[in-house]
Amino acid sequence: MDLATSLSLIVPEIILAVSGLVLLLLAAWGGDKGARVISVAAAIALGGAFALVAPSVCAGASGPGTVAFGGQFRADAFAGLAKLMIFAAAGAALVVAPRFFERAGVMRAEFPVLVLFATLGMSIMVSAGDLVSLYIGLELNSLAAYVLAAILRDDERSAEAGLKYFVLGALASGILLFGMSLTYGFAGTTNFGGIAVAVSDGLSTGQLFGLTFVLAGLAFKISAAPFHMWTPDVYEGAPTPVTMFFASAPKVAAIALLARVTLEAFGSQDDAWRQIVIFAALLSIVIGALGAIGQQNVKRLLAYSSINNVGFILIGLAAGTVAGASAMMVYLAIYVVMTIGSFVAVLLMRDADGKVEGISDLAGLSTTRPALAWALMALMFSLAGIPPLFGFWGKFVVFQAAVEADLVALAAIGIAASVIGAFYYIKIVKVMFFDEPAGTVTGEGDTPHWALLAICAVLISPLGYLLTGWLGGLADMAAASLAIAF
Amino acid sequence: MIGIEHYVVVSSILFVLGVLGIFLNRKNIIVILMAIELILLSVNLNLVAFSAYLNDLTGQVFAMFVLTVAAAEAAIGLAILVTYFRSRGTIAVDDVNRMKG
Repeated sequence: MDLATSLSLIVPEIILAVSGLVLLLLAAWGGDKGARVISVAAAIALGGAFALVAPSVCAGASGPGTVAFGGQFRADAFAGLAKLMIFAAAGAALVVAPRFFERAGVMRAEFPVLVLFATLGMSIMVSAGDLVSLYIGLELNSLAAYVLAAILRDDERSAEAGLKYFVLGALASGILLFGMSLTYGFAGTTNFGGIAVAVSDGLSTGQLFGLTFVLAGLAFKISAAPFHMWTPDVYEGAPTPVTMFFASAPKVAAIALLARVTLEAFGSQDDAWRQIVIFAALLSIVIGALGAIGQQNVKRLLAYSSINNVGFILIGLAAGTVAGASAMMVYLAIYVVMTIGSFVAVLLMRDADGKVEGISDLAGLSTTRPALAWALMALMFSLAGIPPLFGFWGKFVVFQAAVEADLVALAAIGIAASVIGAFYYIKIVKVMFFDEPAGTVTGEGDTPHWALLAICAVLISPLGYLLTGWLGGLADMAAASLAIAF
Repeated sequence: MIGIEHYVVVSSILFVLGVLGIFLNRKNIIVILMAIELILLSVNLNLVAFSAYLNDLTGQVFAMFVLTVAAAEAAIGLAILVTYFRSRGTIAVDDVNRMKG
């Protein structure tokens, strides 16, 4: 494959990289005055990348024509679908951020630039076909994310969130990297296709150690239990638009990456990783459900909710089949919409001076802010997976894939645990609709926030079921484009 | 004769020391940054040793990438540490506790 073909496959990434660098110069030159213009330009760059990736997803691109740079990079439909979700989530973060930061008086021009670089990193992660490009993409995303978490420099909680995210993220990168070095040493190659060949007749002890370390490092990045402990602190301390970004886009990227590593590189050894994935899935579901119960802060609660949801996504991965990968992508798409909606609702909870984020502040919201209360109720029921809301469909396809892969016990435990999880979602609805009004949510919301909340609410409403055929078709083509080794 | 297993044992020891340095350290965050560097260097040792053993250059190229990223990571870590110190006036590990629950 010649250089020109390879370059033509990474045009979306080139657009993101070049616009990120140019905007960085503009930010350094123009200072924070130009922050809003830079936000708009960054959103346009994301939109351009989105439009370039969309055709390959609709066409279900797969095969050797999608491999660039000698196997380092894959521009197939699986990567494409994940990229569409990532770009959409990053765009949503850019839409909500300016109002939030301007009100705090700290809208910095580097915020949209960092979001662009993080997005570029995630885009490389989901397209990685080699351990080296995996690592570069992951670090590009993580390094930008550490700074984003600490971007409110004068806020103690934001600085602490950045510090905690940095230390635990760097530890996770180290564990992942150690696993990759062992995998390289005992498989003799860093290419996923080459690893698949090397492990096709059983794992050696060194390869098993490598696989385990890689899975542990990636579990950190998707905040799956037992490596979830950073999530509540970082989600609470980071500014809300940044938390919204963390809870949506990097989850998609890391889960797509995890799927590619397990299904492509170690696909023939699914017995080795399936137990680890099932363990992480069940533990995430249980810890996510139980940990959320005592929480007083909405953002912490949503952090546990995201741990819980990652558990359900891992059930789709544990199936280890094309149907499982497809179910996982459907769940991820619905999860991203629900997460963005929930965090926009948190952004809309504000009094005259600034944000309020306690659960007790939600009391009586149905009388003081009926629109917000009804939207939040729909989002909570959807996150709990209660039909007829769209969140139910994601859980349904994941459990269906697990049952088809003979993991009936796993599906049964998952369904039982999702009932426990429903408790705290319903508690929020009870507080909003049946408690005495607390009267703290008094501030007016902003138009872009309301618009985004309305879009998310419509998508997760029963109207979303009109999309099931289309979304399922895209996810099936994406999963089929994975070179799963059996 | 020093074989590949010696290198792997040394790098594993360095890796475990690095991880313990993060978890057991109760004093100060600079030590954590040093422990992170130790982990990355143990990985580099592994990569270069395997590269020589397998007679394959990929490992050495990978090690160069890791070195570069480690430098960027240290820079960002120290920058975050400085903003943290400005707002809190301390970098003791036990004081990083504004959020709990």
